[in-house]
Amino acid sequence: MTTDTHHDTTDDARTDGGTATATDDAQSGTASDTGPATGRIARTKVVFMRVMQNRFAVFGLIVVALLLFTALFADFIAPYEPAAQNYEALKQPPSLDHPFGTDQYGRDVFSRVVYGSRYAVFLGVVIVGIEMALGVTLGLVAGYYGGLVESMIMRVVDIALSMPALVLALAIAGMLGGGLFPLIVAVSLVGWRGFARLVRGDVKSVMEEEYIDSAEAAGLSDFRTITRYVLPNAASSIIVYATLTIPTVILWSAGLSFLGMGVQPPKPEWGAILAAGRGEIDSAWWIATFPGLAIMVTVIGFNGLGDGLRDALDPRQVR
Amino acid sequence: MSEQRTPMESTPPRHADEPLLSIDDLQVHFHTEEGTVEALDGVSLTIGRDEVLGVIGESGCGKSVTALSTMGLLQSPPAEIVGGSITYDGTELLDLSDEELNDIRGDEITMIYQDPMSSLNPVLTIGQQVKEPLLAHRDVTEEAAHERAVEMLESVGLADAERLMTEYPDALSGGMRQRVVIAMALITEPKLLIADEPTTALDVTIQAQIMDLLTDLREEFEMSVLFISHDLAVISEIADRIGVMYAGNVVEQCEMRTLFESPLHPYTRKLAESIPSIEDESDRLPTIEGTVPELIDPPSGCRFAGRCPQYIGEVCDTVEPPLETPSAIDDDDQKVACHLYDDQREAGPPWPVGDEATSDADGGARTGVDGS
Repeated sequence: MTTDTHHDTTDDARTDGGTATATDDAQSGTASDTGPATGRIARTKVVFMRVMQNRFAVFGLIVVALLLFTALFADFIAPYEPAAQNYEALKQPPSLDHPFGTDQYGRDVFSRVVYGSRYAVFLGVVIVGIEMALGVTLGLVAGYYGGLVESMIMRVVDIALSMPALVLALAIAGMLGGGLFPLIVAVSLVGWRGFARLVRGDVKSVMEEEYIDSAEAAGLSDFRTITRYVLPNAASSIIVYATLTIPTVILWSAGLSFLGMGVQPPKPEWGAILAAGRGEIDSAWWIATFPGLAIMVTVIGFNGLGDGLRDALDPRQVR
Repeated sequence: MSEQRTPMESTPPRHADEPLLSIDDLQVHFHTEEGTVEALDGVSLTIGRDEVLGVIGESGCGKSVTALSTMGLLQSPPAEIVGGSITYDGTELLDLSDEELNDIRGDEITMIYQDPMSSLNPVLTIGQQVKEPLLAHRDVTEEAAHERAVEMLESVGLADAERLMTEYPDALSGGMRQRVVIAMALITEPKLLIADEPTTALDVTIQAQIMDLLTDLREEFEMSVLFISHDLAVISEIADRIGVMYAGNVVEQCEMRTLFESPLHPYTRKLAESIPSIEDESDRLPTIEGTVPELIDPPSGCRFAGRCPQYIGEVCDTVEPPLETPSAIDDDDQKVACHLYDDQREAGPPWPVGDEATSDADGGARTGVDGS
């Protein structure tokens, strides 16, 4: 097989536009020695290359990788137990022993922040997963079937969207009594609405494409048409939206925990640590500052990655 | 699915002498905010076995709506099939549920589309897409489907088929994609292929290649084709018979040759006149004055009356002409919907009809059609 995979097929004049050309450019520009790359591998590579060309996205990728690493290996990274109190060392400023200082019970803030990353990752993934499952399903059904089904689903979404998010989340979390599970329910019920709207809109535009007609003309079942033709073509915006929703979810979880409606102290959730350190901000700034910074860096990181992914996955955007 | 297919294949077709597909008095309305669009107003067409029926007409005349109705692909709402019937091989298609229809479409009736750039799914490989109809309709293994798909790609003239199987559509040119679309449509060896302007989006040289390919494949696969186009030159390359549509009506139906030799309907005559000729040295091509009528609240009577150069008065505006074979013509396959040919009327059309016309053109015309 020749190395030039896109040009050796001699049939007739090339009339194709953006995507194929972009493939060629990316390959000749950055990966000339990687040999023949066709199909799926080439595409993944193109997306990866485009992400890597965006500094903000690279920063985001590093932050996210670091966050995952920290969450996974928290047991090895953290020098102390997150809940271990030490009355010998109360409210100590950052030092070599305690890089982020200690809090009013002598707990190591660094260890608590490290373990807090687990909550961030867990909540981010689980809540976005629930939001996606709910929102994508409803959006797909509404967009694909249209008509009365669509009207009904979208009216429910509209009604849900008419409620202020914070009030809704607080009300749900308060009703369920606070804690991890109520937090998940509350934040999920806020976020699915956006997914439903986005997916329904995307599905609508995908439905206009001729390949959907051709799938129906081929006698495929609705399920097969949706899973192989509709969903994959709407996937890139779902991926981008999900990536951009994770920081929001992390922020919301931390916010609710900060307000006392989410994860309860002494569990080392960033929002909860922040809330506990708030009262000491004059005498021990480090207790509240470091979890706050962790939240900030994580949110910015995910946003960078999401932005980069959006640029890389959107063929319509001229760069 | 396979249980249903076996008896159909082993027994001879139930209605061997009847047309494969017959569309009878089909009426389709679109309910829009501006009002009800009467897109099809009693369309009747028949396609025999192993026959290519061309359907020609200008944009919006209902060609594609006819095709989509046959496939059961009209979006409803806004579309509504108000009346008529579509019979395929003895089965009334309009009575079938979506699931029953799914057994036929993509298997026995397949379709190719106008724009090959958008009729392939960008996220699936060529191989996955070409295999799709087989996997959906036949009880075949993945390997068998793969092999068959490669064969199909080769028979539509694509080199290096094995490698193309793993390629995505964006690596292919327009002409290659249309070949892939054709391969997809023929992999189940359908009895009827509906081609909805399959060459319109291609440039002229590739258009010619695709037409040659379709002509060859149609003989190889012994299938009937419903070929829709607005291009008389393209349609005349492949069609055996032709139906001329105007504003939701079939105004004339005849053998392909007859359309050029002795067209009957004033619209068809105008169409035939407007084909550029090498001998003719006039600067301007003849055109048809006026525009197509609005199909929301269309004119009663003949829909061509407002533009018709042979307009004969009140009857044109009030009575809708039926599609019939005029008594002056002995070939009962030529039908026309025009009051000029009404037996009740004393004066005939202002041009020779029937035997006069054929002897007028060139003596061997009729035998030419039959003999070719």
